[in-house]
Amino acid sequence: MRYLAIRLGLSAVLLVGVTIITFVLTNLVPGDPITAALGERAAGDPKIVAAYREAQGLDKPPVVQYFVYLGNLLHGDLGTSIGTRNPVVQDLAYAFPATAELAVFAILVAVVIGLTLALVAALRRNRLSDQLIRAVSVVGISVPTFWLAVAAYFLFFFVLHWTPGSGRLSAFYDAPPRVTGLFTVDALLAGQPDVAGDALAHLVLPGMVLAVYTLGLLVRFARSSILDVLNQDYVRAARAKGLPGRRVITAYLLRGALLPILTIVGLAFGSLLSGAVLTEQVFAWGGIGQYAYRASTALDLPSIMGVGLIVGAVYITVNFVIDVVYGFVDPRVRVG
Amino acid sequence: MTAVPLRRRRAPSLPVAWRRPAALAGALVLLAWVVVALIVPLLPLEDPLRQSVGAAFQAPSAAHLFGTDQLGRDVLSRTLWGVRSSLPLAVALVAGSLVIGSVLGALAGYLGGVVDEVIMRVADLVFAFPTIILAMVVAAALGPSLVNAVIALLIVSWPNYARVMRALVLGARGQEYVIAGRLLGAGPLTSLRRDVLPNVSAPMLVLAMLDFGNQILLLAGLSFLGLGAVPPTPEWGSMVADGVVQFSSWWLATFPGLAIFSVVVAFNLIGDSLRDALDPRTAGAVQGSSI
Repeated sequence: MRYLAIRLGLSAVLLVGVTIITFVLTNLVPGDPITAALGERAAGDPKIVAAYREAQGLDKPPVVQYFVYLGNLLHGDLGTSIGTRNPVVQDLAYAFPATAELAVFAILVAVVIGLTLALVAALRRNRLSDQLIRAVSVVGISVPTFWLAVAAYFLFFFVLHWTPGSGRLSAFYDAPPRVTGLFTVDALLAGQPDVAGDALAHLVLPGMVLAVYTLGLLVRFARSSILDVLNQDYVRAARAKGLPGRRVITAYLLRGALLPILTIVGLAFGSLLSGAVLTEQVFAWGGIGQYAYRASTALDLPSIMGVGLIVGAVYITVNFVIDVVYGFVDPRVRVG
Repeated sequence: MTAVPLRRRRAPSLPVAWRRPAALAGALVLLAWVVVALIVPLLPLEDPLRQSVGAAFQAPSAAHLFGTDQLGRDVLSRTLWGVRSSLPLAVALVAGSLVIGSVLGALAGYLGGVVDEVIMRVADLVFAFPTIILAMVVAAALGPSLVNAVIALLIVSWPNYARVMRALVLGARGQEYVIAGRLLGAGPLTSLRRDVLPNVSAPMLVLAMLDFGNQILLLAGLSFLGLGAVPPTPEWGSMVADGVVQFSSWWLATFPGLAIFSVVVAFNLIGDSLRDALDPRTAGAVQGSSI
């Protein structure tokens, strides 16, 4: 329990930290957000600028501004996006599920394929299959995601017509009634299997592209942690006393290697997001990545702060959950 | 005082790393790119900036081995010239993060107390904030240019080095030879420089090698998004972006993409081998141990 409380407290502190960094960052940017918001002509008029500054609370000292921002935040108010003129919360509510659907798909693909490959590689260490899998893993972490996205789109859509084009749904389908925001889930809930199928078909290519880097990362770390476990006495003992191979693998190897693998999945979330920004750009996915890109290039500060906050919160939550699972699986961690 | 002889000992058999064919292959690829970067002005190539609108979007042919882009510029020439913008900046970026991160991490680990708290909490904050978004915001705010992209990535990449360095210094600080040095009258900075840093430099260099690929990918990624290289500079990330506009001309994105891939793979192969050579646990893999 104490372990849980400490972890939770730490996560909360980090989250406050993220609000501070979003705030400081947006105050420090040398670019001029007022010009970005009002346009060159209006920004040349001191009256308009003063009115705008007052309306946005920009005339107050930064510390006051921060607490106003924090107070609004607690009411679920992230401000109004300069680019879309919508409340940032509303924009994020639409963009976030799109990215979540993509990211979950990618993580699932990466974990299932990655663990299988890592297990095969570790069990057949230094044989041909191991070397091939390790080569695949190096390729996975070396290939530029944005290039892979372009190449995959060109090959599978443009040349082979195996996959549908960009976006989350074909043009002739309407988005399913919104429940979770995940098109596949919502379509199934609404009893529209054809829409769900179409959403899934759109998901496959960007999801696979996004999975490649995480897959490569996972294979290399999972392989070495499985190898570590493989050399432990208890695994040798299990083998020596004649436990069937499959049982050794599930009960001993994967369990023993679970912790380092969890850590990697947590860390992979960060790189997954970088990948999402680039992948979404190519596939016109309309998720957080594309939103973040639009907001950054337009210096749309409320949107940037919103994105930073939600992504930071997700990252912190994921790592909190992993920490908890960690403490659950490995009692030694709880003490420290 | 004369130095403790132990710290003069070389890092554990780095040359072993080069016995691996993969590392050798990586080094050769890298060497090839360095040579290209040096001699590219002497090669019989078209000017990478010369436009000829009449010859736009030509597929690869004998005249243009890699085809031409939307402005009729020779893609082969631009791909080869591209190494001049990508490689030196990546080196500057990694060297910069290595130096900044190491100095801050070493100070945090060695001095402890308030210095440690401040440096590491700032590092935590940067960690908690999504890398790519922070980099995008900084790059967008500074205005698109390759140097600004490097600055943006410096800001997000030093904490990783600082963390590792801090842990290494904490480990080395309690060693007897360091304490002996302090007892013999060395001040904290002298002790750090003479006794601690030489013993933690090898793992830091490996970390930098392993980081290279990532940084190149991020740098090219920012350029791909239009936040790095400015036209008409031949740069690989922005060349791939040109290919997105014109999907049917596959050669626009393919060749610069392969160039990025080759450099990143080369760095990763070298980094892997160096790490294995330094880490006795994985080093066994080189000789092929039992089980």
